[in-house]
Amino acid sequence: MSREQQAVARARKAFETGRSRPLEYRIIQLKNLQRLFIERQKEISDAVKKDLNKSEVGTQLYETLGLEGEISLAIRKLREWAAPRPVEKNLLTLSDTVYIQPEPLGVVLIIGAWNYPWAVTVQPLIGAIAAGNAAVVKPSEVCVHTAKVMEDLLPLYIDKELYPVVTGGVPETQELLRQRFDHIFYTGNSTVGKVIMEAAAKNLTPLTLELGGKSPCYIDKNCDISIACRRITWGKYTNCGQTCIAPDYILCDPSIQDRVIEEVKKSIKDFYTEKPKTCPDYGRIINQRHFKRIMALVGDSAVAAGGDGDESDCFIAPTVLRDVKPDAKVMQEEIFGPLLPILPVSGLDEAIKFINKREKPLVLYVFSADEKVINRMRDETSSGGFLANDCLVHFSVSSLPFGGVGNSGMGCYHGKFSFDQLSHLRGCLIKKLKMEGVNNMRYPPHTPKKLGCARFFILKTFDLGWVGRMLLLALMAVVAAFVLQVRETQAKSKKMLLFLFVCLFVSFHVFS
Amino acid sequence: MSQEELVVERARRSFQTGRSKPLEFRLQQLRRLQSFLKERQEDIKDALQKDLGKSGCASELYELLVVEAELQLSLTRLAEWAAPRPVEKNLFTLSDEVYVRPEPLGVVLIVGPWNYPWSLTLLPLVGAIAAGNAAIVKPSEISSTSSTVIKQLLPLYLDKDLYQVVEGGVPETQQLLKQRFDHIFYTGSTAVGKLVMEAAAPHLTPVTLELGGKSPCYIDKDCDIRIACRRITWAKLINCGQTCIAPDFILCEPSVQNRVVEEIRRCVKEFYADSPKTSDDYGRIINQRQFKRIVGLMEGCTIAFGGDADESQGYIGPTVLKNVTGDSRVMQEEIFGPLLPIVTVQSVDEAIHFINEREKPLALYVFSHNVKLIEKVLAETSSGALVANDCIVHFLDSALPFGGVGHSGMGRYRGRHTFDQLSNLRSCMIKQLKMEGLNSMRYPPHSTKKLGWARRFLLSQLNVQKLRNMAMLAMLTCLAAFVVQSANQCWHHRRIIYWKLVHEACPAYCLVPKAIILLRIISSKAASFTQTTALSLRDNVFLSRKPAHTSTLLLITQHASLPLVEGLLCSAVPALKLSSRCRSSAAGVQSGPSLYWSKHFIFVLM
Repeated sequence: MSREQQAVARARKAFETGRSRPLEYRIIQLKNLQRLFIERQKEISDAVKKDLNKSEVGTQLYETLGLEGEISLAIRKLREWAAPRPVEKNLLTLSDTVYIQPEPLGVVLIIGAWNYPWAVTVQPLIGAIAAGNAAVVKPSEVCVHTAKVMEDLLPLYIDKELYPVVTGGVPETQELLRQRFDHIFYTGNSTVGKVIMEAAAKNLTPLTLELGGKSPCYIDKNCDISIACRRITWGKYTNCGQTCIAPDYILCDPSIQDRVIEEVKKSIKDFYTEKPKTCPDYGRIINQRHFKRIMALVGDSAVAAGGDGDESDCFIAPTVLRDVKPDAKVMQEEIFGPLLPILPVSGLDEAIKFINKREKPLVLYVFSADEKVINRMRDETSSGGFLANDCLVHFSVSSLPFGGVGNSGMGCYHGKFSFDQLSHLRGCLIKKLKMEGVNNMRYPPHTPKKLGCARFFILKTFDLGWVGRMLLLALMAVVAAFVLQVRETQAKSKKMLLFLFVCLFVSFHVFS
Repeated sequence: MSQEELVVERARRSFQTGRSKPLEFRLQQLRRLQSFLKERQEDIKDALQKDLGKSGCASELYELLVVEAELQLSLTRLAEWAAPRPVEKNLFTLSDEVYVRPEPLGVVLIVGPWNYPWSLTLLPLVGAIAAGNAAIVKPSEISSTSSTVIKQLLPLYLDKDLYQVVEGGVPETQQLLKQRFDHIFYTGSTAVGKLVMEAAAPHLTPVTLELGGKSPCYIDKDCDIRIACRRITWAKLINCGQTCIAPDFILCEPSVQNRVVEEIRRCVKEFYADSPKTSDDYGRIINQRQFKRIVGLMEGCTIAFGGDADESQGYIGPTVLKNVTGDSRVMQEEIFGPLLPIVTVQSVDEAIHFINEREKPLALYVFSHNVKLIEKVLAETSSGALVANDCIVHFLDSALPFGGVGHSGMGRYRGRHTFDQLSNLRSCMIKQLKMEGLNSMRYPPHSTKKLGWARRFLLSQLNVQKLRNMAMLAMLTCLAAFVVQSANQCWHHRRIIYWKLVHEACPAYCLVPKAIILLRIISSKAASFTQTTALSLRDNVFLSRKPAHTSTLLLITQHASLPLVEGLLCSAVPALKLSSRCRSSAAGVQSGPSLYWSKHFIFVLM
């Protein structure tokens, strides 16, 4: 039995004991996880510093802060999420109990990515714990130090049988993928995503794929270019461009290209001083392989800013490329590095056409002061997310589902969406062994008369929620009329009655 | 270019023109599908009779009715489903627009099964059309007559480019699966489901797999076994057992086994008379291959009754197998035929154990009077759906998501769930290019102070919705207190002002206030009231006629306080429920300065 097989078997056995199911247990585990981020901040940021040269503050800002928020949200809302969700009733189910019951799926495999080794690995884990699953966590082997820290620290805080950490490279991952899981959650690139889906097909395992893609960024010429470029610069060069939702390239009118370049340059200076290489807030490329790949992408494009790199340090300066052609090398794959190509397009129409010709991106950015431009861009394109006038920040909004479409992935997560994604939403219909007479219409021998009856019951769609609301309103109206009646004769009791009124309203509000 | 390639190419090109996107177009196509079902009912029934020996009534009951209901539901709800869905805001997004917008995915492949060749093929198609997608429909080649009829008739009603039908067997399906789709919706067997998912992987196409499995049916010994068996018999023998959610086997205690057998025998007789073979309502096995497979499953089992078969007709009689063990042949695969094995277990715990040892089924049925027992089964097992005290009927309820888990499938559909399944739920966030100062906390150079700010903002557990509700409540309380203080004025004015306020501030919901006023007419001094009502109904001049009263705040507080509360309540309640729609109607109200405050209140309330 391989190590991977053992870990999965142990997790499944622990899951089958049912101890991951009680809400109290899930909350305890989440609280322990929360404690990990408070107590071990130093070890976490040291490892990330070694892997990606992120500063301590940067690690907190981009990695652990979001996780802390997510955990506290899950702890607060778990009871609400896990409660049965009643559905609308119809004539046939009038006297029955009908609801959707979220249930744990079983053992979830979480394969993390290296660019935000904590954020994208632990965030699905939070969902898995909240949903009551067991989870096998496989941090990316590319982040050597972080993977080690994760392997050491997680078992100290959360149940080590239910949530084992398995480290390793490609062979270990392949071995893991041969095991049977109840869900696979993968964050990474499209090529590996396809391999994972193929492996999952053998066991019919559902999956969530958080992939990348070239996220376009369109700048309208009539917007505040200086603010737009500040936000783009921040979005692009955070973590040295190694962000799956970083704006990949800029589309703008040729007339504003020079201004955009100037503003981006100015913002780079603002953020990372004159010498980004010595700036503690500027990251590094993860390894030599990626360094070479990114440097090669510059190819024949004209460099407007930056362009220098230092292989020994895996440093690539914030780089802007101008007048890039659609067939340039840098436009053929996701950049995942600090290169920002600018492609001049003659207007919104051409930009939309350009975007639609390519794979659906994970996110689409538009900068414009004109609502019409934003709406047209939104209506005529497709992408996982759509963000107007800012970059990256939609990731931090846990009430929005985060995920891709087409080549940028499938499934979504964050907040309640993680919970739902890693739960089985089981339809439940609880009837009584009574009223057998009503069922006669469905039993053979079938006759047109019975059929007519069935037709009535099935096709008459009453919205019972609406009927209920109306009934309540009618009740309130009656109470109101009553109050007015009594008021005339008995003015003294009106305080009481008014109070009653307010109470009724409050109760209605709470009830609804 | 193969024919399949051409078909997909054509669908994609017409999808890209964007004509499937407008709601009007989708509604129009759905209506055409509706008229297709109505006008071609005879063709459909004939095809089903040839394929599966279904009677006209049964075809309508089990195949067409559910599609009609789905169409009706989609037609009435589409606007609501397709509307942007605002999400909860936090401190960061306070001034932004944040919503989820359902968008079409592109070209959807729908591969239908042969057991319900119409409903299980058309239901996903309804969803695909509703969600604004193009769709390639591949009916099962096994139910060949239905397949041909779909191919011939559907294009007469639906858009020929957007919704195409491809006929064919395994090679054609394989060819189709090589194409790139934006979603694949497959209904069928687990084995093929794996192949479909594998074929989808190279294109990263999301899949919905509606597969089968052995759906267990547990009968508690303390329940009304007669009714339970009636419902089970019905569900099992519909379509000659060829139903993916049919109860596959029965689990019960040995002490009730004989009664169960007797009751089922009685019900079979009641439903299909003495000889099911001649009953119009009893179906046939689809083909010889399936026939042989099912007859083979009976081997080595004790037949309690039935067991008769006629290969030439594809007829297998309703059969109950007794004392079946977990390792017998009939328990190794989905039966998909009219055999009902009874497995005896000593207790509910053993039954749960028996169920959990096997693959997760598509449905799990429990018959019991005991709510605790039902809850126990619910909590300790997993399945696509759980139905207590009935079988199959959950499929009719479009509010419940229908789908499997584990080997019984992935993804879910029916009603709104189909729409969501075949839509891209795109998250949208519209910000302004303003308030850049606020962003400095996230920009480098990073400092501990900035981090502290970000921490405060990100981790603040402020729920904007809750705050608003609290504010509203506080205001209402104030208002109530105020009212108690000042409500000492004459009836006459109050009524009129109240009427006007409600009538103008909330025209969409004036029905309710009208009802209240009617009640009042009945209950209070009718004469003076009708007079004033008539006055305000006649025209809107009342307020301008009495200029003393147009200074509104005064007027409202002195003369209309109590009814105002009442009016606000009446208008606020539906307004809360349907705030978006009401917002537009309230915003449309422009007339009369006297309404300023009432409007203001309503806005705040919303």
